[in-house]
Amino acid sequence: MRLLVSHETVYRFDPPMKGVVQSHRLTPSQFEGQTVIDWSVEVEGATRGAAFRDGAGDWVETVSLLGPVEEVRVIVKGTVETVDLAGVLRGHRETVPPEAYLRPTHATWPDAAVKVLAEEALEGVAQDEILSRAHALAKAVSEAIEYTPGETEATTTAAEALALGRGVCQDHTHALIAVAQASDIPARYVTGYLESGNDGAAHEASHAWAELFVAGLGWIGFDAANKCCPDARYVRLGSGHDAQGAAPIRGVASGMGIEAMEVDVSVVDGDRAAGQSQTQQ
Amino acid sequence: MLSRTAENLFWTARYIERAETNARLLEVGARNALIPNTGGGYRNEWDSVLQASGTAAAFAEKYGETVQRNIETWMFFDRDNPNSVTSCIERARENGRIVRTALTSQVWDVLNTAFAEVREFARQERSSLSLSDLTDWTLRTTALVRGSALNTQLRNDGNDFTNIGHYLERADSTARLLDVKYFVLLPTISHVGSGLDNYQWRTLLRAMSSNRAFNWAYGGEISPAKIVDFLVLNRACPRSLLSAVEGANDHLDRLARAYGRSTAAQTAVRGMVGELADMTVEDIFDEGLHEFLTRFILRVGALAGEVQRTYLSGEMR
Amino acid sequence: MYDGSDVRPPYRGLEGWSRDMPSELKAMKQSEAEALFRRIGITFAVYGEGGSPDRLIPFDMFPRVFSADEWHRLERGIKQRARALNAFLVDVYGRGEIVKAGRIPGRLVYQNEAYETAVCGFVPPKGVYSHIVGIDLVRTGPDEFFVLEDNCRTPSGVSYMLENREIMMRMFPQLFQHNRIAPVENYPGLLRRTLASVAPRKCEGEPRVVILTPGHYNSAYYEHSFLADMMGVELVEGADLFVEGDYCWMRTTEGPKRVDVIYRRIDDAFIDPLCFRPDSMLGVAGLMNVYRSGGVTICSAPGAGVADDKAIYTFVPEMVRFYLGEEPILNNVPTWQCAKSDDCKYVLEHLPELVVKEVHGSGGYGMLVGPKADRSTIDIFAEKIREKPWNYIAQPTLALSTCPTFVDEGIAPRHVDLRPYCLVGEQIELVPGGLTRVALKEGSLVVNSSQGGGVKDTWVMAE
Repeated sequence: MRLLVSHETVYRFDPPMKGVVQSHRLTPSQFEGQTVIDWSVEVEGATRGAAFRDGAGDWVETVSLLGPVEEVRVIVKGTVETVDLAGVLRGHRETVPPEAYLRPTHATWPDAAVKVLAEEALEGVAQDEILSRAHALAKAVSEAIEYTPGETEATTTAAEALALGRGVCQDHTHALIAVAQASDIPARYVTGYLESGNDGAAHEASHAWAELFVAGLGWIGFDAANKCCPDARYVRLGSGHDAQGAAPIRGVASGMGIEAMEVDVSVVDGDRAAGQSQTQQ
Repeated sequence: MLSRTAENLFWTARYIERAETNARLLEVGARNALIPNTGGGYRNEWDSVLQASGTAAAFAEKYGETVQRNIETWMFFDRDNPNSVTSCIERARENGRIVRTALTSQVWDVLNTAFAEVREFARQERSSLSLSDLTDWTLRTTALVRGSALNTQLRNDGNDFTNIGHYLERADSTARLLDVKYFVLLPTISHVGSGLDNYQWRTLLRAMSSNRAFNWAYGGEISPAKIVDFLVLNRACPRSLLSAVEGANDHLDRLARAYGRSTAAQTAVRGMVGELADMTVEDIFDEGLHEFLTRFILRVGALAGEVQRTYLSGEMR
Repeated sequence: MYDGSDVRPPYRGLEGWSRDMPSELKAMKQSEAEALFRRIGITFAVYGEGGSPDRLIPFDMFPRVFSADEWHRLERGIKQRARALNAFLVDVYGRGEIVKAGRIPGRLVYQNEAYETAVCGFVPPKGVYSHIVGIDLVRTGPDEFFVLEDNCRTPSGVSYMLENREIMMRMFPQLFQHNRIAPVENYPGLLRRTLASVAPRKCEGEPRVVILTPGHYNSAYYEHSFLADMMGVELVEGADLFVEGDYCWMRTTEGPKRVDVIYRRIDDAFIDPLCFRPDSMLGVAGLMNVYRSGGVTICSAPGAGVADDKAIYTFVPEMVRFYLGEEPILNNVPTWQCAKSDDCKYVLEHLPELVVKEVHGSGGYGMLVGPKADRSTIDIFAEKIREKPWNYIAQPTLALSTCPTFVDEGIAPRHVDLRPYCLVGEQIELVPGGLTRVALKEGSLVVNSSQGGGVKDTWVMAE
C-alpha cells in the first residue's frame, strides 16, 4: 500500500519564548514492512543538527530556535510503501536488548489490578506459547478499556486507565505494555500513522500501539485500541518505553510563555487517491 | 568568560559598594540627628536617610515609627531589608562563593571573614555595639575587599565587570547620598545658607570621607554650588558622579577592545559621560537638584540594565 | 601500624614524630588545621542531617601510610578493575557478550535501574564509560585487600585527598623532608588530560573541557569549584549551556563558545530533559542528542551506573576474567544476595555476624552492623529483609585494619578504609594516594562522614 502522510504540528507561545529546543523522532525507519519513498521534516527558522540513529533503530534529529519564539511549525510530509506482515517487525535494525523492555516506567507501572488482569488473561494459555499469550493479553486490554476520547490525559498511567475502563490508544498501549511486562514479555510503545480509510471508525491518524517481543519471531505489533495487529495501513515512526519516551516530538521552551498546540494529520491511501483523480479527469 | 560568572562578579562588587553606602547613610543620619534644634526633632533626619536608601516604605511597614534604634537594625542587621549591610555582605559572599574560582584567595578570604564577622555581630549584645563601631567596621571591610581585589585580581574581563559593578553602584550611591539633603527639610526658608544648612552639607561631606578633600579643593567656605560641583562634576573627587561614570566608561571601553566589538552599553555610557562633562552647576540647579539626581539614578539603572542584557544574560551572539 | 610488637616499616618515619609531640602542640596543630580548612571553605553538608551546611569533616593529622611495594600491588589491582568495569560497560551497551556467555544474568544488567537504553549501540570516545573510577577498599591483613564497592559515576572526595595533603605539608614540612612521600598534586592535571583525551569525534583542535555542577547549593559544590580551579576550566551550571546545531555551547560575555567535554557532577536523570526527566532544571535540553551524534563527550558516560550497582558488584571478578583473561588481583567481599532464597536463609540465620546493606543505599544509611546491634534492632531488620529481600545484600564483618589516630587520650587504633581515584582515558592513571576515611568512634566500623567519620592524609612512600 502506498500511504501519503501529512502531519503538521503548531506550537504557539504567549508571551514569546526565549528559545525552543526539540528532539524529533519523526522519520520512519526501514524494515520489510515499510519502505520510505520520500520524506521531509520542515521547521521554518530553525537550526537543525545533532542527528543520529538511536539504539532502537529510530532516526533522531535536534531542532532549535532562537527567541523571541512565537510559533514553531513542524511540517512532516512523505510517502511510504507498506506491506502487511501481520504485525511482525521483520528486518528492523536495532541494538537495544529486548530484556531492557521488561522494566516498567511510571506510566506502565503494574499495580495489583494489572497483575490480576494479566493472570486472568493467561489462564489456560500454555507457558511456552508466547505468541498466543501476547494475543490473549492484547485481547484482554481491548476488552478492559473502551475506546473513549476525552476521558484520559497525557499523564494517565496504565493502572489508572485500566481502573477507569476508558481511554484512547495511548492508554491501551500503556496497559498492554504493563500486562505484558507483568507476564515477563518485553513490551514497548510505538508511535506512527494509521490510514483509517472508509471503515467509518474515527481512530486517530496519529496513532500508537504496542510491540511485544516473541522469541523466534522478534517484535510484533499489537493495536489493542483497534483489536488487530498493524498491517499495510500502518506507518511505524519510532518506539520507546512509554508515550513520553517514544514521543515523535519532545521539546523544551525557555521563558514564561503559555504553550498552545495544534495538530493536523492526514494519512491517505495513495493508490486510491491516484485512482480517484484519474476518474475525475 | 562565562556570563554567569561575570554576573556574579558584577553583583559582588555592587553589594560591597551598597553595604558601604548604607553605612555612610547611617552616619549621615546619626550626625544630623545630633543637632537638636531642627523643626521636627531628629525625626526627619532619619526619614531622609530611609528615603535616600529607597527603603522607606518597607521600613514603615515593618517598624512604623522612625526610631534610631529601629533604623540601625533595619539598615545594618535586618535581612528583610535587601540593602542592609548584613544582607549586602551575605549576598556579596554568596556571589563570591559561586565564582570562588574567579577570585584570588585574598579576596575570598576577606569576603569570607566579613561574612563570619557580620554573623558574629548578630550574635552579640546590641548595647555593646555602637553605631560608629558598625559603620567603621563596614567602611574598613568594604575597603579591604576593594583593596585586595585591586591588588591581586587579574586585570582581565572579570576585573572589568567587577569595576563596572563598582562604579555603577557608586554613581547610584553618591546620587542617593546627595539626595538626602533634598529630603532634610530646613525648618524655614531663612535657614538656607545658615549654620544648620552648612552643618548638614558638612555632614554629607564627612559621610563621604571628603570633608578635608573639599577644603583642599574649594578653600573651606561651603556653598551648595561648590558641593554639587565637587560631588557631581569634579573629576578629582573619587566619589563624584562624573568619576564614577568615567570609571564605568573606561572598563566598558576595555571590554569593547578585548572583545573586538562595541555594544549598546558603550553607547549609553558615552552618552552619560558626554552630558556630565558638558554640564555646569547652574544647569543642575536650573533643572532642580532633586530632579537631576532622580533622572541620573534612572539613567544609571538603565545603563546597568543594558550591561545586564548585553553581557550578563548569556544571550550575546 | 604495629606488626606484632614492632612498628610496621612504612610507619617507622612517624614513630618518633608522634611520640615526641607534646599534647599542647598537638592541640594547637589540630586547631590550626581546622582553621585552615575553615578558611579555604572546604566543608561538607550532609543531606538530611540539618545543622550547619558549613560543617567540617574532622581531620586526623596522623597520616595513613603505604609502602611502595604495597601500593604497587594495589595499583595493579585497581587499574585492572577499572579496565574490566569499562569493558563491561562497552559490552552491555553493545553486543552483550558477557550476558550471552551466561556469565552474568541478563536480568541484573538490562532490567537494572541504571541501565540506559538511550545509549545502547553507542561507543563513547576511546571506549570509555567511566573516566573516574573510585574504588572503596578495606584492608584485612598485610597483603589482603577487599573491594567494598565501585563508584563508576562521579565519585566525590578527591578534593579532600588534595587538601589534606596541602594542609599536612603546610603544618609539618619537616615530615616531608625526612620521608620520601609520593606527590598527589598532579591529579588535577592528569584529570584534565584524561578528559581532553576523550574529546568527541567532531571536535577540532584543543578540546574545551568544563565541569557541570548542579549548583552552589549542592553539598559537593566546594569540590566542583576546587577542581575547576585546579584544572583551569570553567565551572558551569545547566543554564550556562545550550544546544544548537551539532554542538553544545556555553554562554559567555563574548557570545557562544563551543564545549567539547563535560565532566558532569549531576545524575543521569537530570542531564537532559528531552531524554530523561522532563522536569529537570539542572540539565541541558538536547545534550544527549549532541552526545550521541559525536558533538560532545559526557564524563562519566550516561549509563555508567550499571557497573557499580551493588547487585552487579558480585560479578566484577568475573568481568576481570571474561574481558581481560586475568585473575583478579583485588578480591570482593563475599556477598550474599537476599534476593536468592538460599542466601536469604543464611543471612537471616547469621544476622549477628553480618553487615547488611540496602542494594541502592549509600552514605552508611539503612545498614545493619550485626556485631554492634542489639537483639531488638536485629529483629526489626530481619523483618525488613523478609519484607523486601531483593532490597538487601549481606557481607561478613571483616577484621578491618586500623591506623594510628590522634584521640583525646593520645594515639589509638581506629578503623580505616581507602578510596583511590583511577583515571581512565586514552591511558589509565592512578595518583599514589587517595582518600582515607577513619571511624573516629572507638570500635566503630562506619567511616561515613555523616556518621562520625573523619579523614586522613594518605601517604605512599616513594621507592
